[in-house]
Amino acid sequence: MADLRVNFAGIQAPNPFWLASAPPTNSGYQVQRAFEAGWGGAVWKTLGDPVINTSSRFAAMHFNGQRVAGFNNIELITDRPLEVNLKEIYETKKRFPNHAVIASLMVEPKQEKWHEIVKKVEAAGVDGLELNFGCPHGMAERGMGAASGQVPELVEKQTRWAKEAANTPVIVKLTPNITDITATAWAAVQGGADAISMINTINSLAGVDLDSWNTVPNVAGKGAHGGYCGPAVKPIALNMVAECARNPEINIPISGIGGISNWKDAAEFILMGAGSVQVCTAAMHHGFSIVEDMIDGLNNYLDDKQLASVEELIGRTVPRYSDWGNLDLNYKIVASINKDTCINCNKCHIACEDTAHQCIDMLTSPDGNKYLQVREEDCVGCNLCSIVCPVDGAIDMIEIPNGPPMTWNERQTAIEQPIA
Amino acid sequence: MHMNRMKDRSVSLTDLTKNFLEIEPDLTAKEALDEANRCLYCYDAPCITACPTSINIPSFIKKIASGNLKGSAKVIMEANPVGASCARVCPTEELCEGACVLNNASQPIMIGNLQRHATNWAIHNNAQLFKAGMKNGKSVAIIGGGPAGLSSARELARLGFDVTIFEAKEKAGGLDTHGIVSFRLPQRVSMWEVEQVESLGVMIRTNVMVGRDIEPDEILNTYDAVVLAVGMANVPLVGMEGETVQGVYDAIEFVESTKTPPMDTHLIGKKVVVIGAGNTAIDAATCSVRLGAADVKMLYRRTEAEMTAYEFEYEFAKQEGVEFRWLTQPVGIIQNDEGEVTGVKCIRMELEAADESGRRRPMPVKGSEFTVEADAVIRAIGQTRYVRLIEAFGLTHKWGTVKVDSNTYQTSNKKVYAAGDVIFGDGQGDAMVVSAAEQGKQTAYSIYEQLVGSGMAQTS
Repeated sequence: MADLRVNFAGIQAPNPFWLASAPPTNSGYQVQRAFEAGWGGAVWKTLGDPVINTSSRFAAMHFNGQRVAGFNNIELITDRPLEVNLKEIYETKKRFPNHAVIASLMVEPKQEKWHEIVKKVEAAGVDGLELNFGCPHGMAERGMGAASGQVPELVEKQTRWAKEAANTPVIVKLTPNITDITATAWAAVQGGADAISMINTINSLAGVDLDSWNTVPNVAGKGAHGGYCGPAVKPIALNMVAECARNPEINIPISGIGGISNWKDAAEFILMGAGSVQVCTAAMHHGFSIVEDMIDGLNNYLDDKQLASVEELIGRTVPRYSDWGNLDLNYKIVASINKDTCINCNKCHIACEDTAHQCIDMLTSPDGNKYLQVREEDCVGCNLCSIVCPVDGAIDMIEIPNGPPMTWNERQTAIEQPIA
Repeated sequence: MHMNRMKDRSVSLTDLTKNFLEIEPDLTAKEALDEANRCLYCYDAPCITACPTSINIPSFIKKIASGNLKGSAKVIMEANPVGASCARVCPTEELCEGACVLNNASQPIMIGNLQRHATNWAIHNNAQLFKAGMKNGKSVAIIGGGPAGLSSARELARLGFDVTIFEAKEKAGGLDTHGIVSFRLPQRVSMWEVEQVESLGVMIRTNVMVGRDIEPDEILNTYDAVVLAVGMANVPLVGMEGETVQGVYDAIEFVESTKTPPMDTHLIGKKVVVIGAGNTAIDAATCSVRLGAADVKMLYRRTEAEMTAYEFEYEFAKQEGVEFRWLTQPVGIIQNDEGEVTGVKCIRMELEAADESGRRRPMPVKGSEFTVEADAVIRAIGQTRYVRLIEAFGLTHKWGTVKVDSNTYQTSNKKVYAAGDVIFGDGQGDAMVVSAAEQGKQTAYSIYEQLVGSGMAQTS
């Protein structure tokens, strides 16, 4: 049994699995149920001046029969009175003193507003604060959420205002709806943030109803963009976490968010530098009980890897993430089809033939059996065949010797050097 | 057939019609979608190759997954004009599903059931999937409105021919309408396929038997081409004493009698003996069970290894409670004083060593006679041929199997084409509905090529 406890920027939690600030953390009832189920922490649904939410709020992207490949919402921050939320935070913390309760905050970009709310929530006993600079819909139209999170100066300034009043760690939650997330992450660092979390949701429209021609979702026949999350956003989130993690000037802890559905996703984020992970869509899809396998699976994984604690896993892959210019141009892999495992669906052939490099031949052996074979000399090692292959182990990408390493950057340097 | 999907198998003795409702339920919309999404959409898919009509299976399944059910039904019916029936009667384990690459990885796709799902959509939505081609001025007579005849007619109509089907029975559809047990194929499915063909302007003259109501010569003189698709005839006599008495049935007629209500109630609680072990024999046995018979036995003079019924049919019959008596040759019907059948006199057989064809001839064991009790006996040892009709057309045949050119389906009379069971036998053709459908299509293309022009036939 590995030690799953985390100390994230000074916030202690029994494990790294936290519920993200979202509908699942709307009330004390829900957060307490989550803690009972095993979640290590919860970021309370964003507090601020209460809003009015619309009816018809969520929508999803289903893919080939799988429900909720992606999830879209137009719900805003909490629509419950601040006092009610604070009372429930106090009660929750009292019942679960060892679990992390973090208050997500969003107010107008004014110093006194930040001071006021920080003091109020800290008085309720929270373990930390998360500044919501990411919510892309609704609140952004009022100059909050992503609207301020997209302007590095506003990120820095508001972080500083929050820090001025805060006694607990301040996490800045970043929006992905920008060109380069390290710019706003760096601004948060400048503002004195203790940690950053990412990603908030991505601007999205879930769909259009082909019968009514309404948007999905729609409110009385009108739609507005929402925020996208769920399994489909994981690669986007993972890259943003990794880009921040490998940036030496962003040297504060990262809480990873975006499409984390199971312990494997969580472990990937942790390997890419996340010190805790936050989950929403998977819990909304299946309920709080999913955390049980997240804990169990991560535990078994750490045991298999002979790591005593989850802290030892954090960031282990970060040094292996770099710029394209540092990739070895001489590295060569080719596809190899295992005839014993191949089921002859020919998907690799047609994928390669139509859309890649035309190097998988459909052949017939003298005894009449059909088989597929890669012409290695024409294979560029693109991986497409192994991606479309439905059977594990039928296609291996095999490394073949191909001269000493030479990156693009090294090559350019060599070319520029004057010949002696 | 997927045994694990079959509904309640109990037999009602109070409402026999219930016993003849389709035994395997339709896929639910969710089952169909899940299954369709499981299809890998193979390239050069072996299921297509395994289908005698070459239905583009990955294409129709993808269309189910995308919610394009009309397009899906059209892909199926385009390749197979009796595709709704074939969805239910094809031995898919031996064809498409047997070829599915997922056999080697998980479970094959339920192609038959997906085909049924898509064609059900077309049936329920009354979809008109095809239209007749521009008239080309030529006419074709089709003798027999079964799968081969309908298939030929559908394609000929799309190619612009004036088509007349001569159908001896009251309803067209042949085997699909009359000969396949209702709990596998309800008659309405076959009748929808008939309507689809009729809607292209094909004239179906039912209750017209060629040779009785109209002479072959008249047909040969009236039409530019003739397609002979009469199938096969009744079950031959077994060659045992007393087999023509009341209480001894022809399996084909017996199954046909269960296709339309009212159901015959007189087998309830009775003992039934079926002679033979082919697919029709299985049908007769399982129909007997569903007509309420208390005890159904199948007698076969060879063994399990030689029986010609499909594996899944045999399995189904066993699950229905049918008993099998191997190496048993019936030699006579036993009657009581009232003339009622009371049993079958049998003799035990043994198999000789294999001859050069590899088949082991059964020989009676001397002195091994015994009696099997029976209230009714059903003969199911194959089908006879319409030899007289074939000869009235002057066609070359061997034991009633009409000889055709394997490319053009032309008979010894170049104006006459043949397809379906009438060309099955003597190493030629195949006995499946789906093969008949393909042959019917091919006769149409061949006629087009001969009468209208060369090149690929284009249909709309």
